[in-house]
Formats: sequence, C-alpha cells, structure tokens
Amino acid sequence: MNLIQYICSTEFLYMWIRVATPILLAALGAAVCNKAGVVNLGLEGIMLISALFGVLGGAMGGNLFWGFLTGVGSALVVSAIFAYFHLILKANATLCGTAINTAATGLTVFVLQLATGEKGNSSSLRSFSFPEVEIPLIKDIPVVGDILSGHNALTYTAILMVVLVYILLYKTPLGLRMRAVGENPNAASSVGQDVVKIRFIAIIICGVLTGLGGMYLSMGYLDMFVRDMVAGRGFIALAACSMGQSTPVGALISSLVFAFFDGLSNILQVLQIPSQFVQMLPYLATIAGLTVFSIQQSMRAKRKMNRL
Amino acid sequence: MKLNSNKKIHLLVDSVKMALIIAIACGLVSLIVFAVSKEPGTAIYNFFIGPFTSLRRIGNIVEVASPLMFTALAVIIIFGSGQFSMIAEGSFFIGTAGAMIVAIACPLPAGLHPAAAILFAGVLGALAALIPALLKMKWNVSELVTSIMLNYVIQFFAIYLVTYYFREMESSSLCSVQFQETATLPVILGGTRIHAGVILALAACGAVWLCMYRTSYGTQLRITGDNALFAKYSGLNVTGVMVAAQVIAGAIAGIGGGAELLGMYNRFKWTATPGYGWTGIVVALLARNNPLLVPLAAAFIAYLNVGADIMARSSDVGREMVDIIQGVMMFLIAAEALLQGWRQRMIVKAAKAEEEAQA
Amino acid sequence: MTEALHMKHIVKVYSNGVMANKDVTLCVGQGEIHALSGENGAGKSTLMKILFGEEQATSGEIFVNGKQEHITSPQMAIRLGIGMVHQHFMLVPSLSVTENVIMGTEPRKGLFIDQKHARQQVEELGKKYNLYIDPDKKIRDLTVGQKQKVEILKALFRGAKILILDEPTAVLTPQETAELFEELKHLRESGYTIIFISHKLNEIKEICDRITIIRRGVTMGVHNVADVTEEDISRLMVGRDVVLKIEKKPAKPGKPLLRVKNLKVADETGAIHLNGVSFTLREGEILGIAGVEGNGQSQMINAITGMGHVSSGSIELAGNDITGAGVRKIRSMKLAHIPEDRMTAGVAANLSIRENVIADKLSWKRFSSGGLLKRKEIRTYGEEMVREYQILCKSQDVEIGSLSGGNIQKGVVARELSAEPVVVVANQPTRGVDVGASEFIRQRLIDIRDQGKGVLLITSDLNEVLGLSDSLIVMYEGRIVAYISDVSSMTEAELGTYMLGIQTQPEERIKEALHETEQ
Repeated sequence: MNLIQYICSTEFLYMWIRVATPILLAALGAAVCNKAGVVNLGLEGIMLISALFGVLGGAMGGNLFWGFLTGVGSALVVSAIFAYFHLILKANATLCGTAINTAATGLTVFVLQLATGEKGNSSSLRSFSFPEVEIPLIKDIPVVGDILSGHNALTYTAILMVVLVYILLYKTPLGLRMRAVGENPNAASSVGQDVVKIRFIAIIICGVLTGLGGMYLSMGYLDMFVRDMVAGRGFIALAACSMGQSTPVGALISSLVFAFFDGLSNILQVLQIPSQFVQMLPYLATIAGLTVFSIQQSMRAKRKMNRL
Repeated sequence: MKLNSNKKIHLLVDSVKMALIIAIACGLVSLIVFAVSKEPGTAIYNFFIGPFTSLRRIGNIVEVASPLMFTALAVIIIFGSGQFSMIAEGSFFIGTAGAMIVAIACPLPAGLHPAAAILFAGVLGALAALIPALLKMKWNVSELVTSIMLNYVIQFFAIYLVTYYFREMESSSLCSVQFQETATLPVILGGTRIHAGVILALAACGAVWLCMYRTSYGTQLRITGDNALFAKYSGLNVTGVMVAAQVIAGAIAGIGGGAELLGMYNRFKWTATPGYGWTGIVVALLARNNPLLVPLAAAFIAYLNVGADIMARSSDVGREMVDIIQGVMMFLIAAEALLQGWRQRMIVKAAKAEEEAQA
Repeated sequence: MTEALHMKHIVKVYSNGVMANKDVTLCVGQGEIHALSGENGAGKSTLMKILFGEEQATSGEIFVNGKQEHITSPQMAIRLGIGMVHQHFMLVPSLSVTENVIMGTEPRKGLFIDQKHARQQVEELGKKYNLYIDPDKKIRDLTVGQKQKVEILKALFRGAKILILDEPTAVLTPQETAELFEELKHLRESGYTIIFISHKLNEIKEICDRITIIRRGVTMGVHNVADVTEEDISRLMVGRDVVLKIEKKPAKPGKPLLRVKNLKVADETGAIHLNGVSFTLREGEILGIAGVEGNGQSQMINAITGMGHVSSGSIELAGNDITGAGVRKIRSMKLAHIPEDRMTAGVAANLSIRENVIADKLSWKRFSSGGLLKRKEIRTYGEEMVREYQILCKSQDVEIGSLSGGNIQKGVVARELSAEPVVVVANQPTRGVDVGASEFIRQRLIDIRDQGKGVLLITSDLNEVLGLSDSLIVMYEGRIVAYISDVSSMTEAELGTYMLGIQTQPEERIKEALHETEQ
C-alpha cells in the first residue's frame, strides 16, 4: 500500500520525469542514428565524456555557457571519431562503440584527476547547472503544476527534441535521405546520395542529443560529475530506442517506461530490501521490457503467418 | 601462384598494421605523459621498462594476462558465431562469486577444492551466458543489450552475496571472509605470484583452437559465423550452434573468474566488475581471433596495464591512461580500411605481373 | 554521328586481384540504342560501374559529349547526365514512388519537402514518357515491371540523357518486355541515348542500332546490328559456336517423389504469397516452374526445402510427410537444394572450397567420428569435387568467395549433387553463370534425371525452362495457372500469356499436375 502511495505522489511523478530526461535525450539520438542504419553503442561513453567536460568547461570558463559549449563540443568530437572510424575506416560499429566506452571510462577519471586531483567526483569544482524553469500558467495549477513545472531546462529541451526529431525525419529532405540510407543504402547511393555523408550527419546529430543527456546528469540531475555516473543509461537508451522502433514518439514512451523503474529504485531504498536488488531494478526492467516487447512482436508475426 | 602471392600480401599488410598499431599505442602513451606529467622521463621509463625490472614484475604481466586469456577466448567464440553478446564480463564475475562460495562454504580436500570451485564457476558462467542466448533464439531479443544489462544485474547480485552471506565483519571496507586454505591455487614459479590458473589459461587457448579447427562443431561454428543463412540452408542446427557457442564461452569466462579469484586472492574484494570482459575484446581483436595468438596478445595488454600501474605508483600520471590506449587500439584494429590502399596497390601489381607472365 | 560517350582502353583490377576489364573500348553515338553484350563475367557490369562512378578504372579515359571526365562518384555521373537502371532495383521498399524518385533532388518549400509539388512532378514525368505509376504507392506494393518504370523515372527526373539499362528484361515477362521496348523507342525518338546490356540475342536484334561485344575483359569489336546474325554475335561472345538447343532423351516419368498438396504460405506481415498450390514431381522427370519472379516461387521453394514457413497444406517426400520439417531432416531424406542466390544462402564466402562442399555432410561417418574431423578423408573429398565439377581454382584451400560466379556455382552444385539426392530443387541454377558453366550444370541436371531422380527446376530464363523441363507448371499470384505435361508443344508467347495471368487453364487441367491416379 505504502508503495502505491509513493508512486502516486507528486514527488514521484516529478522525479519520474527527471530520471527520464537523460534516457530520452540519448534514445532520440539513437533513433536518428538507427534510422540512418547505424547502431551506436558508444552512447554510454559519449554521455560520460560530455558529463565531465560540461562541468569542467563551466568551471574553467566561469559560466554555464562555456560548460554547455565544451560539453556539446566534447560529444561532437567523440561522435566524429566514431563516425570517422566506422564510416571511413570501415570499422564495425559495435566495436567502435565499445572502443568509445572503454576509452571514456579511463579518460574521464584521468582528466578528472588532472583537473581536481580527485578520482571520485568533481565536488571541489564550482559547477554551473542548467536553470530550472517555472512554466507560467501551468505552474499555478495544483498538482499538475508541481509535476510538470519547475524542471530543468534540459528536460523541456528533451520534450522539444521529440518534436524536432520527428520533423527532421519525416518532413525534411535530410530526413528522407536518412530513412532511405538506413533501409537501402544502395538505393540512396544509386541516385548520387553520399551514404557516408548522410550517416556522418546522423551520427553527429545523435552525438549532440546524447551529449545533452550526459550533461543533464552532471549539470541538472546532480550538480557535479561523479565517476561512472552514467551507469548504463546509454545502453538503456539504446534499448528504449529499439523498443520504440526508432521513432521519436516510440522512444519517448519507452524511455518513460524504463525511467519508471529507475525512479522506483530511488524510492525503494527506503524499504527493507537489500539495496543491491533495488539497484538491479532498472537493468532487470530493461531486460524484461525488451523481452516482453520482442515476444509480442514474434507472436504477432506468427499469428499473421498462420492465419491461412 | 597468384593466390599464394595474395596470401603473402595479406600476411605482410596485417603484420605491418599490427606493428603500426602497437607503435601508435606506445607513441600515444609518450604523448600523453609528456603533456600531463611534471617528470615525464620517470613516468615513461616506469611505464615501458618498469614491467621488466624484476622477476616479480614480469610475473605480474603473466598474472594479469591470465584472466584476459579466458575472456578473450570467450569473445572469440561468441563473436565467431556471429553473435554480439557482451556476457564475458558478467560470466567472469559470476564465476568469481561462485568460486568464492565453494572456497568459503564447502570444505573439500586440497586438490579437489579449487577444481570444484572452478568447475562451479564455469557452470555459473555458462548459465549466465545462456540467458541472453535463449532470449535471442526464442524471441529475437537483442543479445547485445540484454547481455550488457545482465552484467549490471550480476554485479549487484555478486556484491549482495558478499554483503549478506560472506562479509568479513572486522574489515571496514567490503570484502569476504578468508577462503579455506585448501581452496587457493598453488604458485608455480617462486618469486612471483604466477599460479596454476595460467596453465589452465594456456590449455584453454589450445583447446579452443582444436575445437574451432579440428572438430565438426568448430566447423559448424565458423560456417554459422560467416553466413548464418547458409548454415541453416546446409541443415546445421543454427540455433543450437549459437546457443552452444555462448554457453561454452560463458563457461570459459566463468572458469577464468574462478581461477583468477583462487589464484590471486584469499578474499573476495571487488566492489564492481573488473572489466576483463571488455578488455578481452581488445585482446581478441589483437589476436586476430586466433586462439593460438591469444597468449601473446594478452601478454601485451597485460604489459601495458602493469606498466601503467608501476607508472601510477611512481609518478603523477594516473593508471587510467591505459584504458584510453586500449580504446584507441580497439578503434585502430577494427579499422578495416586502414592500409587497405596499400594492400590494393600490391594486389593490383601482382595481378598485372601474372597477366604479363602469361602473355 | 555525334559521340555521346567514349570510353577508351579501360582497365580495372579489383582488390581481390581479379582483372575484370583488360582493355575495353566503348563508343556510343547520340540518340542510339547501343547494345553491350558478352558472357557473364566478361566485364560488362564492371564497365558500367566505372561509367556510373561506382568503381574507379585502374587506367583508361572517359569522354562524355566529347569532353574528358574523371567520374569519381555517382553524383558526378548524374551531373554529367548519365542515369543507371540497375539489374537489382535500387529502391526503398517502405517509401512511396514519389519519395523514391525525388530522393536527393527534392523540391523544397523552405526547409521542408514540398510534397505536393513533388507528387505533381513525378506524375507529369510519368505521363510524358508513357511510364505512369501512382505516385503515392509504396514500392513494396508494385510489380517488377512497375518497379523498373520507377527506376527509369528516377534517372529521367535527374535529367539523364544517357541511360544505362543493365539486363532490364531478365525479370520481365515477354509482354512486359514488349512494353519496355516501346518505351525505349519512344525515349530514343525524344533524343535519349541508351546503353542496353543484354546477352539475349533476339532482343538485341529487335531494338538495338549497334552492338559492342566484350569477351573476357577485352572488346571484340563494334558492329551495326543489322549487319550481323545472331550466330555471329554469339560466336564473338564466347569464341566458339554455342549449342542453344539443349539435347536430351525423352523423359520416362515413374512413381511420385515429391507431392505438394494445397500449400499456403503467409509471411509475418500477413501478406499471402502462396494460396493453394498442388503438384507432384515424379521419378525421372524435370518439372519446370515458370512464372514472373515474385509470384510465390521463392516461398514455395522455402517451404519445400525447410527454409521457410508453411501456413497450411502438406508436403510429402518419397511418401514421408515433411510439412514444416527442418532443413536437416529434409536433407537427410535426400533432398538437395541449389539456392536462388548463391552468395546469400549458397556459400560461406570466407571459408575454403573444401569446407563449403562438406558443410551439409559434417555428420557423415565418412567425415567425422566422435565430433572430430577426419581431415585426410575430407581433403581427398575436396580434391574429388574440384576435379569432378571442374571448379577452376588454385587449390581447395582458397576462400570460395574469391572465385568467379560460375565457379562458385559449380561448388554449390558439386555439394548438392554429391549428396546422393533423390530430389533436386534447382532454383535459378545458371543465373549469372557463363555459358560454359551453364551447359555443364544443365547437363548434370539431365544426368540426374536420367538416373531416375526428380528435378524441380525454377528459372526465369525462358529458354532454359522450355529447353530443360519435361513438364511445366506456371505460377501467377501464388497459384498454379497452368500445367503443361509435354513442354515441347509450348511456345514462348503462349507461356507469356499464362505468366501474366491473361489466360488460365481450367481447374481440371491444373489438377492433373497432382497425378493423383498414379498413387
């Protein structure tokens, strides 16, 4: 009973949106990439790197703008490296992603130590977070205002991005080309489309979105960088994207589903359950979610195949 | 004749590529050190020469290489079947947890005790790998994502076991009580900590090679990995081959975890997965997916890690640098197009020469 | 005559060492239909890829409208007014006709695609050149002939003046082919230059003005089509006289071997591919399956061989029910299968010839015991296969993917026919294979038949299906529309009317395919 009350509380619903933000941003990035036919396993590493460099940039430059710039910049650089190796040097995408993740784990701690002398977190640095935004009118509605208003600017950016990514994919020439390149690259190149260029752009857009997701963790959700703070959210975002069939709206819905369990693990810590089980929850939920989704898909296919 | 010369060209280009990648890795180490260190000379000396300055340190290379050999073999088998499960990490860790349970809770005679513990580790590793494999086969759930998620679950589960059942209460940090003395693996070279697990690792490399190139199953595995549709068309049990590959790989990684725990430690001390599964990918790539080259590749990566440790202890450069190097190496080895132009030019030349010889 | 295009002394060596073009020269005049002809593997496709910027020539010069050009990408070829209609259609199935046609040169309204204008342009273009297709239809809902029209529209939309058509009639019915030829003549009159790649001599005679022949990467000369006979062309192509007629003894059909009853297949999207097919293949006969590609043949073959799914109906092999059985079980009951596309299903390209020919025989006692391979035995067997099936290679250790198409296909045929089959399902056994190898493979199939085995032959080559089959089934939209028990009485034109669904035999005739009385 207690649990249900928790879940229905405005605090939980507010937190739900909070924890969904980074997953949604990265999942939107993954959707753009997937539509163009690239599976980007490096989301995890890109988030981690942009989370650190966002904080460092803010601290060094002395304001949020610099933080934003270095955070997004670092995500762009890493994405460009991924794209260069995968597209130009023909390296397997999964291996490229793994390479990014491997390097990112070390790189972030290495740089953190250089900058602060610490290996654990950036608490000694002054951090600049993205502001929290009160939405006029909505904030005055009881309950709803408490849940929907007062979130971080990046949370609202994420919601805006759902719309923008939709428009990009389905209403613009670039989106048409991306979808074509993803489904049949030969068709696209036969009409003179540069498959490499279009995928490069997709990877870069993915990088920006994912970078925002990473920065949200260290400049919104928390106000410092903590070692390994992404903790699998990049992978969860990938799962959310595939469950949402690489569409922006699908990514939104699946991100909310996975974030629900992430949020749940936050409040369950007050219950008498071993903390390790609570910590497992988001990962177990992702496995379960993907499995249920896939079972549904295969049952539907089977039904159609046997309807004769 | 032409194909022979083509084979030679491939060998030459591949060797040069590997040498180049190792050179780039070493160059990058120096570059980073010079960029960040106040005493770059000491740091670089300790990194490159440090690992060879004493028998104990050389021993360290071998010890670190041992778990990497196991996980690299697991990666070779899984990737070789055309699947992208990252379960080596989780299988390894659940293996350590399994070995811990046997080492602490099951009193057994000396020779038998580690054997039983390692066997149990292998079984758990195989079971862990079975989960993403089955989900993929039965309902086509992406093994890539589920295996990574499962790695996290296994990590927390192992920590839970230590915390709630085997914790050393006297210690302030989280670790298990001591293993029974009968459980640990013997050291095989005095003056080092090189343990019997290393022999097991080398044996595993040989066994995996035999399995892949001399058995019916190995041929089925390679056929499936190269073209799964063709494997199905040939009447092979593709699902069975793929699941078996992941189970075998999981068992090997699990055994590796058991051997590592009992060879190197007398308590369970990890608070997070040690990342050998991911490093195993670099080793597997460096070995060009050849089990017989795995010891060499593992030794090289181990050398980098030992060097980084020594450097971190004796200078102001952090050991995490080695992760960056490993990431960069992974990128470079995976880059198929690297030196492809050169390869192409040589092949063209050979083809023309043959054409002229015929004319 | 003004030159639209001149390719001089083109040489191309691929990265695997294959020299596809040794010395090719092609000169095409403005406003002509120019045939480019040669055996498979002669280097036609390579030459066209070079022209369209998909491959770079190792050496040689290209002149377009008299000006020397280095064509480094398809974009550049398109800018130069060159358009390509690929043999395998380059279309995105889930997108609409309009989206496929405009992709890359989309009419815009601000940042967005001007959907209305785009649709209108595509519609007008189609009407102007007699190539009308509903612009809103999704590609996956079109017939093969319609898809080809979309391909031509794509090239025209981009302002192509020189059109390359790579074996455009390979997948068309005689009627669709006739329609295509009308369209091409119309285009020629409108001033377009067309390069028509084909080795179908009658088609070349019908619509082409001049012909360039390539043999083994070297140009064998250019001729006015009117001045040469089909025999001349064929001699230039292969360097010897080819027997176009297939010699075989009359069939002596025996007991039923493979019986398919009321077979139905739907796919995972619910689309019905096969809607009640029944027939029997008997001992000592080659039963041909004719039909335009995509009328359920692939699904039927997949169902019979265990590669695909059966929704309902039954399949019997030598009296045993194999409905829905796995490939392993079906193969163990001596059914061999030469797959439609050797590269996707027929070989593991990176494994050796030897490993490929024993892939289906790993569990044989001869080749393994206790899970261990008998390497000497396997090596001997590999040698046998290479020799017996005349696979041209340096050794059986080489990767099968490094061989030419014809030799890869011989490897596939070697594996299948050496498995001592009672039924051979041969799906496009000679597609993309040179004349010599085709003859060899056809002869092998006839030998198998003469040994009293059954052969189910699926081929889109009408000459082959009429020349090789003893009896014939025609498929249209997932059903059998005709059964011809004696193929020698059949003409191509008559076959065409069945293939297009213009004519259908009465039920009783079709039922004869089942041979139920001869139980």
